[in-house]
Amino acid sequence: MILLLALFAVDFQTEVKPILDKQCNACHDRAFYLRKKDKIVGSLAIMPPGGPGLNARDKATIGKWVAEGLEYPEVKKGLEDDLSLTRNLHGQIVKASAKDAFRNYKQRIPGSDVNYEMVAVPGGTFKMGNNAVADEGPEHEREVEPFWMAAREVTWNEYRLFMFAQISGEEAGANIAVDAVSRPTKPYVEMSFGMGIEGYPAISMTHHAANKYAQWLSAKTGHFYRLPTEAEWEYACKANAGPPEKLDEVAIYGKQQYELVGKKAANGFGLYDMLGNVMEWTTDQYQKEAYRNPQAWYPSKTPYPHTARGGSWQDKAGRVTCTARFASDPSWKQQDPNLPKSIWYHTDALGLGFRLVRPVKTPAPEEMHRFWNNGVAEDQ
Amino acid sequence: MIAAPAIIRAQTVTNAIKVGLVGAGGRGTGAASQALKADDYSELTAVADVSLDQINSSLGRLARINGGKVKVADGNKYLGFEAYRQVIDSDIDVVLLATPPGFRPVQLRYAVEKGKHVFTEKPMAVCPAGIRSVIESVKMAREKNKCIVDGFMWRYANHIVQTFEQIHNGIIGDVLSYYATYYTGPVKPMPAASTRPAGMSDVEWQTKNWYNFVWTCGDGYVEQAVHSVDKVAWCFKDQPPVSCVAHGGRQIPQEGGNIFDHIEVNYLYPNGARAFIAHRQIPGIYNENADYILGTQGRVTIGRGPLPIVEDHKGKILWQFEGTKNDGYQYEHDILFSAIRKGEVVNKGDRMVSSTLLAIHGRQAAYTGAQLTWEQIQNSSLSTFPDPFDPKGSLPEVPTAKPGITKFV
Repeated sequence: MILLLALFAVDFQTEVKPILDKQCNACHDRAFYLRKKDKIVGSLAIMPPGGPGLNARDKATIGKWVAEGLEYPEVKKGLEDDLSLTRNLHGQIVKASAKDAFRNYKQRIPGSDVNYEMVAVPGGTFKMGNNAVADEGPEHEREVEPFWMAAREVTWNEYRLFMFAQISGEEAGANIAVDAVSRPTKPYVEMSFGMGIEGYPAISMTHHAANKYAQWLSAKTGHFYRLPTEAEWEYACKANAGPPEKLDEVAIYGKQQYELVGKKAANGFGLYDMLGNVMEWTTDQYQKEAYRNPQAWYPSKTPYPHTARGGSWQDKAGRVTCTARFASDPSWKQQDPNLPKSIWYHTDALGLGFRLVRPVKTPAPEEMHRFWNNGVAEDQ
Repeated sequence: MIAAPAIIRAQTVTNAIKVGLVGAGGRGTGAASQALKADDYSELTAVADVSLDQINSSLGRLARINGGKVKVADGNKYLGFEAYRQVIDSDIDVVLLATPPGFRPVQLRYAVEKGKHVFTEKPMAVCPAGIRSVIESVKMAREKNKCIVDGFMWRYANHIVQTFEQIHNGIIGDVLSYYATYYTGPVKPMPAASTRPAGMSDVEWQTKNWYNFVWTCGDGYVEQAVHSVDKVAWCFKDQPPVSCVAHGGRQIPQEGGNIFDHIEVNYLYPNGARAFIAHRQIPGIYNENADYILGTQGRVTIGRGPLPIVEDHKGKILWQFEGTKNDGYQYEHDILFSAIRKGEVVNKGDRMVSSTLLAIHGRQAAYTGAQLTWEQIQNSSLSTFPDPFDPKGSLPEVPTAKPGITKFV
């Protein structure tokens, strides 16, 4: 009898595991299989999304494995937030992004009813900088590759899904890559500072926090999101046009608090609030003399300063331009009374937010990793 | 920072202000860094904590920020629940008290007895017996000409200070009501009992998870919403209320711990004015930390936007803060160290005591469901600190209070 069972039982290592590795393990873990055992055969037919699905033989093997009680001898270790996670995501992104047409799109954040819009920004050359201001010169010609850029600043509706896994609709184990991305600690104070949540821009996040949001959103959607470089940001802001004739028509500035995103007119690319409302993180380390020796991007070497762009509701018109550069500073965490200070919150930067880009060309895993991990999250 | 005049600097090269830190967690480390920035010749010479790892990581951080002012030899790192005595007994001038607040009264008493200047984090006690001890310590410090400066940081934040000056000068007439919100998520929720390491005593386990126990933390209302309670006290010129009624409970079950996760208190003041303070620590809720002060001739709103709004009943702005916000956490220490340098005495004890007791007042009204007068809470015999205190002994958890069943004592 024992012999018979051994003969007929499906062998996990040689028969089941190769199928799971091929079709499922990039996104799911053992806890997920156990929870979904009633539906697993049906859902495997359509997994992975956009992939070839299971052939009849593999389907029968999995069916038998489920019927025999889902024996799973190997405990699969969760992923760590390191280069192996980025490699895992890179694989998913290359597969999922391959056939996307370069046009505007609207995306729902999986598991939620929150949407955002991405605008296709064609690549091109433009004059970057402004000779009239010391750190904005010299003006020079730059070329940028095509990318999508979020039409609006990231709102609390979006960012809070990242801050609070509990409201994100995520099930532990359902997507181990999403589970592995580092998430913000719970804030001690109310981070909108009473200025409004629904439809308002998220504020006061660190450069590290914005990078991790980008990675989290990439894990959720299978698209590669990151902060824009200063060059991409300025190109998108200028939209092949001169400064706006009437700043009031396009920008929130010189106010008592921030406003709903997208209230003012969009620029020539269809991007809202590039100027004003909240200044926006770029991926670049701030260097005063950066334009004397332009680089495509300036990876982080020190915790401060990083560059934010566009000015905010707190600024006067003179700083609310496509060329003005804002350098982050330790005083942006002044009200954080603890040491170490939080790596997630700039408690004193109430005019600081961000928006993401998605480059058309997906970089290699190592470069992707640098965009998501600035390596200088801690102040001291 | 208040720069010391050159002449004082020259005189004090050989006259450092020596600082001892009791409680080397995140807030204690932050306070130490601020103390070291508050005077050209302050230096950190002794540290106490229950964990050596905590001490070493704290000192590592401080050395990176404050450099050569961190002078703690290995022999001046003190471990355990009694280590505060060794720090205070060492050759220091100022002690920074930043442990969980349940331990504060005995530490403050010892510091004052030994003639040290004190910076004490808020709250200063978690029960009426503790408050009575602090009242005596404050008096004793005054008699000995020693400084006590507190961590009620809004009292040191220039934009809030100036707003309360405006209120006290009558810009919105007489204050009729004060509604304060402190709606946040859980601060440090209790971990599963299965994660308790073998051999760890009850006191050690409860201290490790101090936020969840009344005897160590005082409840979120006393530990955190006390910032709002302090602003209420300030608005009513630090005069006590007549009485209060409150309700509260625990919405989110947890394995161990005995604090509530929501409390709302209604205080009655002698002139008939009311103060309402609403506090909750529940995940996923609407968050807000604001103050709405209603006067006969206008209103003040704090916490809805970066600056307080002071307006009449038609919405016309009556006054606005102008200038740059200071760093209140730094300013607390600037005041303390500048007073020590000048040989002056600054003692903020009275108001820090009344604000802390005002919070305990509200909490006990919530825990018991009773209407409580100020006299009742002043004279309450409640003492939450374990007696006798044995770090290695057993300490059964006191059950969470049940309004209507838990008796006022």
